[in-house]
Amino acid sequence: MAGSVQFDLVSPERRLASVAASEVQIPGADGDLTAMEGHAPTITTLRPGILKALSSEGTKSYVVTGGFAEISASGVSVLAERAVPVEEANAALFDALLAEARDAAATADNKDAADKLVADMLALRAAVGQ
Amino acid sequence: MPSLKDLKNRIGSVKNTRKITKAMQMVAAAKLRRAQEAAEAARPYAERMNAVMAGLAASVGQSASAPRLLAGTGSDKVHLLVVMTAERGLCGGFNSSIARLARVHANELLAAGKTVKILTVGKKGREQLKRDLANHFVGHVDLSEVKRVGYSNAQGIARDLLTRFEAGEFDVATIFYNRFQSVISQIPTAQQVIPAKFDGGGATALYDYEPSEEAILADLLPRGVATQVFAALLENGASEQGARMSAMDNATRNAGDMINKLTIQYNRSRQAAITKELIEIISGAEAL
Repeated sequence: MAGSVQFDLVSPERRLASVAASEVQIPGADGDLTAMEGHAPTITTLRPGILKALSSEGTKSYVVTGGFAEISASGVSVLAERAVPVEEANAALFDALLAEARDAAATADNKDAADKLVADMLALRAAVGQ
Repeated sequence: MPSLKDLKNRIGSVKNTRKITKAMQMVAAAKLRRAQEAAEAARPYAERMNAVMAGLAASVGQSASAPRLLAGTGSDKVHLLVVMTAERGLCGGFNSSIARLARVHANELLAAGKTVKILTVGKKGREQLKRDLANHFVGHVDLSEVKRVGYSNAQGIARDLLTRFEAGEFDVATIFYNRFQSVISQIPTAQQVIPAKFDGGGATALYDYEPSEEAILADLLPRGVATQVFAALLENGASEQGARMSAMDNATRNAGDMINKLTIQYNRSRQAAITKELIEIISGAEAL
């Protein structure tokens, strides 16, 4: 059994989780990564996706969009612009997110990035099954 | 000399006013607790965000490729003042103190030959600045329909700021708000948000960055603006309720004093009327 890392998930409005997790799966902008004890200190931005934290209390999943994750010796902290436990994610939330992403895509100068955001949102929605 | 009836009416109306101010004080106290909790809950995010950005800014900072949000446009001719006030009055010096700070700031900038633009958040500040600075107004954000300030409100304001910045409408943006110190003390604060300024930080551990440092910083800076605006909105919300609570507490006490004074006056004139009647009766009887 591997050791644990201190895992914090905060959104601008509240702290969603603060537990000792054995591993944290993070949807990084350049690809998913799993942080466990002894991971090299890393800062990565997030893409919209599902964040999973495995702890002694079981696995908790969150839908996160935007923000970054900081993996350091002292723990993993994820700062997400929006973070919702998967159980609470509903169709209305995804509709709002999608609409926002499409709006951004319509006006963005960086077409690729904006389109990717829309695609990520769609994939995320499919993954949650809404 | 007001008549007895006038005095009685007056006492009644002051009593009613006292009831209202007392109720407002209690509502403000309840809202203050919520506002403080919200401000507290937002703190970890803002602190973490700042720490990471300060670290990044220190390492990317002075290079030529630094994002404009950090490095600035290279000039400081046009200043945008974002004045955040409440939507309602009856909260003591809360709105005036922000407006005063903003006005002093604006006048200093104008005297130095800079261009000043003002964006108001909350209608009270707009009303107060309208008199002498109305021709500098460039926009207004109305939050009167918003029951509880959420991150999305801050995002909206931040997006507005960023579009204006991208369009080259201003070089420096400063936000004005009241920092919550305690119920009786709120500190009017000016805080520069664009170009981003960080105090302290710098000495962070060596991190691997995914994607590059520059890319992360470019992604985070706009979010940083939103975070700062959000923190300011929350501080402001707590300050407003605190200021209203102490203002209403004072008002309630004053009303109590006034009622006491009026009651004494009422009793005196009642007594005087009785004495007068007695004298009339006695002197009438003596005359017989």
